[in-house]
Amino acid sequence: MTKLEAVIQPSKFEDVKDALLEIGVEGMTVTEVRGHGRQKGHTEFYRGREYTVDVLPKVKIEAVLPDRLVDSAIQAITNAARTGKIGDGKIFLSRIDDAIRIRNDERGETAL
Amino acid sequence: MRLVQKFLALFFLLFLASALTAQSAPSQADQIAQLQQQVADAKGSADNAWMLVSSALVLLMTGPGLALFYGGLVRKKNVLATMMQSFAMMALITVLWAIVVYSLCFASGSGFIGGIGHAFLRGVSAQPDPDYASTIPQQTFMIYQLMFAIITPALISGAFAERMKFSAMVLFMGLWSLLVYAPMAHMVWGKGGILNASLGGRFPTLDFAGGTVVHITSGVSALVCATYLGRRIGYPKEPMMPHSVVLSFIGACLLWVGWFGFNAGSALSAGALATSAFVATHFAAATAAIGWAGAEWIRNGKPSALGAISGCVAGLVAITPASGFVGPIPALLIGLIAGVGCYLMVARVKAALGYDDSLDAFGVHGVGGTIGALLTGVFATKLINPIFKDAQGNALPLGMIDGNFHQIPNQVVGVAIAMVLATVGTYIILRVVDFAIGVRVSAEQEVQGLDLTQHGEEGYYWEVSLP
Repeated sequence: MTKLEAVIQPSKFEDVKDALLEIGVEGMTVTEVRGHGRQKGHTEFYRGREYTVDVLPKVKIEAVLPDRLVDSAIQAITNAARTGKIGDGKIFLSRIDDAIRIRNDERGETAL
Repeated sequence: MRLVQKFLALFFLLFLASALTAQSAPSQADQIAQLQQQVADAKGSADNAWMLVSSALVLLMTGPGLALFYGGLVRKKNVLATMMQSFAMMALITVLWAIVVYSLCFASGSGFIGGIGHAFLRGVSAQPDPDYASTIPQQTFMIYQLMFAIITPALISGAFAERMKFSAMVLFMGLWSLLVYAPMAHMVWGKGGILNASLGGRFPTLDFAGGTVVHITSGVSALVCATYLGRRIGYPKEPMMPHSVVLSFIGACLLWVGWFGFNAGSALSAGALATSAFVATHFAAATAAIGWAGAEWIRNGKPSALGAISGCVAGLVAITPASGFVGPIPALLIGLIAGVGCYLMVARVKAALGYDDSLDAFGVHGVGGTIGALLTGVFATKLINPIFKDAQGNALPLGMIDGNFHQIPNQVVGVAIAMVLATVGTYIILRVVDFAIGVRVSAEQEVQGLDLTQHGEEGYYWEVSLP
């Protein structure tokens, strides 16, 4: 099993979610987050004072996938979230040891 | 059948009534006197209706107007504490007003402060006080003036937002209302006040609705508070953006509406002068919003919502002393000058001087009030309000455009007295309160936020929240 964490532009969230459901991803967890990579921030003015806002709003999608779905999920996300401009986001992958369904103690990929 | 009986009875009564009146036909003089009384009563009722509405409008400026305007400008952890500073005035000043502050403002006294003739509102009844407003009950005048006494200290709270103890704020405001507001209101508007323009003061200062009394005193006191308390922790390095310009936006729009009661109500009657003040008020707010937002557009490339609403408030402040003395076109000009002037003060001069007037109470009210008070000396005209009269009752010129060059020095005297009184009074009160209970919260409390540490609650309880 692999955990996929994708940090993307908020405006691309609907497209990415639909693309993931399309390829058979069963569930995901979504959070509104703030952060920056190489994109850095922008400036805002309040009564003449200039503020640099360097953590920008992003959406983070987390999904734990059976290994057979990982490549197609990456493909789906990059296709849906890419604008080609700086700030499109990143995908992180990590190994997952086990998963447990709380309702009935199912374990492993059947619990996903 | 019953119907016919009823009609008959009615006719009989009417016949009886007309017979009786015919018997005791009053003299023509009596009839005229009666009519005059009825006309006076009708005018009194009309004036009173407008003044009660105006009183409510001015209260609306403090809560929710100012509370929202200021509440949106602070950080999330201080929103309730900031709103409470305005709301607390609605309760506290009301009580003090009834006990003695109304009397100190408006009872006969010296040139500098009123006496205690109206303490506990003694003698404040349905009878008008002709020196102030001859057509409305003195009780209406009293409640209307109270709303001014409430908003004035509330305006100061913008300067020490996010760092003053609630207890110290209450004590400070109570003393300020007694020692700064009461003398200033008496000097400008009270019987025998040395600056009173309509009752023959020594230096007649034209201040229709409180440019000196309300905005210069509060604005200058705000500057003294900001420097005495010192900067907020982290200012100016840490970002301290308004947590909700949306709240401020609603607040500013309510201020704009409430200001019609503030300025047009200051005619103390419902006639043409009230209309003139209403019009001037509205026009100045419009150009001031354009002035501030336009200045931003030129400097930063974008006109901001916060800039537009800050500008409108600055214009409303500046037109306050002038509203009942100037025509609509000078009002447009006064607003524009105030909008641009206050923007430069807040965005340029404040940054250069380095004081932390959190919500720009000085930059908007002190500067806008001064601009307005001085320009009143320029644009006031007898065509709008013939307040100065010679012995024969002919209208005398008011401002520079009327050809009266002595009015600007008088305005300067009024402004200077307001500034000196506010500076000295505020400094002394701050020292006393600081000595007694301390004015500033601890560094730890300041970081945690005043909502939690001063009031034990939070403005927004969300399960997940970003700072």
